[in-house]
Amino acid sequence: MVGKRNCGPLKPPAAAAAGLRALTAMKNLGANVCSDFLMTVNLSGTRGGFVLVTGDDPSAHSTTTELDTRNYARFADIPLLEPSTAQEAKDMTKFAFELSEELGLICMVRTVTRLSHARGVVTLGPIFKERRTATFSSQNLWTSGSSSITCMFHSILHEKMKRAQAKFDESEFNRYTGNENAEFIIITAGTGWLYSLEAVKLLGLEGDVGILKLGTTWPLPEKLVLKHLKHAKEVLFVEEIDAFLEQNVKMLAAELSAEGNVGPLKFYGKKSGHVRGEFGAGTGEIDVYIVIRALAEIKGLNYQPREREYSEKALAAVGSLVPARTMGFCAGCPHRASFWAIKKALQWDGRDGIVTGDIGCYSLGLLPTGFSAAKTLHCMGAGIGTANGFGKLAPFGLDKPIIAISGDSTFYHACIPALINAKWHNANILYIILDNNTTAMTGHQPHPGTGSDALGNPVLKIPIEDICRGIGVETRIVDPFDLRDAVQNVYEMLKMDGVEVLIFRHECPLTETKKRGKKPKVYVDQDKCIGEECGCARFCIRVFKCPGNIWDPAKGKAKIDDAVCVGCGLCADLCPAKAIIVEEEA
Amino acid sequence: MEDPLNIIVTGVGGQGNIQASYIIASAALIEGFHVSVGETYGAAQRGGSVTSHIRLSRERQYGPLTQEGKVHVIVNPRPVYPIDVLAGEAIYPPINKVLSAIKELVFSVHVVEATELAKKVGDVIFQNVVMVGCLAASEFTPIKTEAFRTAITELFADKGLDINLKAFEIGVEEFKRTKPL
Repeated sequence: MVGKRNCGPLKPPAAAAAGLRALTAMKNLGANVCSDFLMTVNLSGTRGGFVLVTGDDPSAHSTTTELDTRNYARFADIPLLEPSTAQEAKDMTKFAFELSEELGLICMVRTVTRLSHARGVVTLGPIFKERRTATFSSQNLWTSGSSSITCMFHSILHEKMKRAQAKFDESEFNRYTGNENAEFIIITAGTGWLYSLEAVKLLGLEGDVGILKLGTTWPLPEKLVLKHLKHAKEVLFVEEIDAFLEQNVKMLAAELSAEGNVGPLKFYGKKSGHVRGEFGAGTGEIDVYIVIRALAEIKGLNYQPREREYSEKALAAVGSLVPARTMGFCAGCPHRASFWAIKKALQWDGRDGIVTGDIGCYSLGLLPTGFSAAKTLHCMGAGIGTANGFGKLAPFGLDKPIIAISGDSTFYHACIPALINAKWHNANILYIILDNNTTAMTGHQPHPGTGSDALGNPVLKIPIEDICRGIGVETRIVDPFDLRDAVQNVYEMLKMDGVEVLIFRHECPLTETKKRGKKPKVYVDQDKCIGEECGCARFCIRVFKCPGNIWDPAKGKAKIDDAVCVGCGLCADLCPAKAIIVEEEA
Repeated sequence: MEDPLNIIVTGVGGQGNIQASYIIASAALIEGFHVSVGETYGAAQRGGSVTSHIRLSRERQYGPLTQEGKVHVIVNPRPVYPIDVLAGEAIYPPINKVLSAIKELVFSVHVVEATELAKKVGDVIFQNVVMVGCLAASEFTPIKTEAFRTAITELFADKGLDINLKAFEIGVEEFKRTKPL
């Protein structure tokens, strides 16, 4: 059984409590959502193997934070594994199930974007097909208890972690390579291992530098680490995001310092600033170059991957020739129409209304592709959540219309309690739900409104409008591609008191175009197009910003990029000169 | 061969970049290499810049990120304009200027009108497989053309095999005709 983020993160532990094996996977922010439960299920334990997989995002490629979830393993005091390769991701997950079952304790596997979005060869072992029966009888008790019971469970947790530590000291996921008596060692985990190996090789330091690769990072395999600290004088830590290993090893070294067989040691890593991203230590993802630079700085080496002249020439070419490529909505995306309508209606309204954003494709509402309409962005549910607050600030002088935005999937997963709260306290909000009938941003997963369950089985839809109306909120449904209607409805609803919901409903073109046959042909009648004269120059291109609308410099007119256009025809509605023609295929 | 041999596939979202890197990696695997593929991309599903790194080695597995190095380039000169350019906030450089700047920095540049060739196959979406055909014919990698064919045959066994193979062969033929800039 697999759970994803907060669409039922508590289903897998229940399965595990009933004796099945269960895995729940989420990214960094999802771990926050589940942390409440994590901080108690560590005490109540599990019967079947239960594995939590978290995906961190150094450099925040597609997240709003660089949170390091390894801290949760230390916080909840549960065993933590960090794979370096696709093979290890598989092997460690299997091991984590076995360990979890043996200890009766949830185990965590932490990956990062660079591993999660990598492909590599994985060799499978024997696959055991075991069918278990879920059992939970009136004799079972599953709780972290209270008062002295909780303290007893807490002490049992510490005992379990001691057993985990003994196993980790022997684990094959930890390995040391290089000179057995190296005075300079790298301690690394996860992606840092392959980067370290490559950096050491490129610098020709293989004879001098030992690499201790840890796959089991909490509890720290102290005996193994001690063995290698004994021969070291200098230690470099190579790891993603926080100085997690660095802190834990330093603490161990401090404990051992009085015994005289360790140290004095010089440490390098995040604290010393040797391992640093573009924005400083502890920010951005690491790579081979960052490890090379750290080693070169420490050892006083001069490493130039290229001749300086070549690098300068390359940088100059990129600087002068490569235009920015800001993220944008896909061609035909209904969100572009929705934000257009919101922006227009706010202009008509004239009270400088505030739009609070949320997590999904429509997060891009903060950017030019969404006409920079949205002004806030944090985590799932924060749009309607913070709108609740903004909508109650009139007595303190902030008397403006407030629009909260979320998508359909985010509505189901993270917004309903905040909507109830808004109704309960009569916050003055217009909540616009951008319903594209899918969870587009994460790969088109179904949600409760799509008519299929998480495994794709047909189920009854739970319509958004039924929920909103059930709460007693006035709810309207408009297709944002009917632009006039869309703008009019936003404008009208902004004038109403209390909380209202407007559902902008139009299917995501990525799923829609898969269902239909040939796309309609869209083209520009260049005799009608008024080009530079239009809407303060090239209206469709400059203002509407759909990547399907491009410029024909030879003619000085607009044209359609048929490799990009999906045939939605929205630009045809917007074109002031009515020069864009949509031809439906017969 | 340089070990590791690094191949970078770069473009914008929606061009089939990740699929192309998957074909190349699968072909390399057929030839018995250790293969790592790293994908980088913007959060946008369409229109953001996307780069895949493919790393082959006879010795061992490498990390999924390639270091700086001097390369051969096969380029489809068909631009996909960023909205920054469309909005008038950035200027898209003339293609010949881009090509000559690349030429200054690399071993060789081969220009292939992959989008136009893909249209002949039936849809612009096949330009990625046309480009893979060019890579196979280029012999810049030690992967044999036959291994690419096997990889494509395995990957598209269920759907679109003929048309993908056709796009691949068009790429192979086209590359043989091209001369480096």
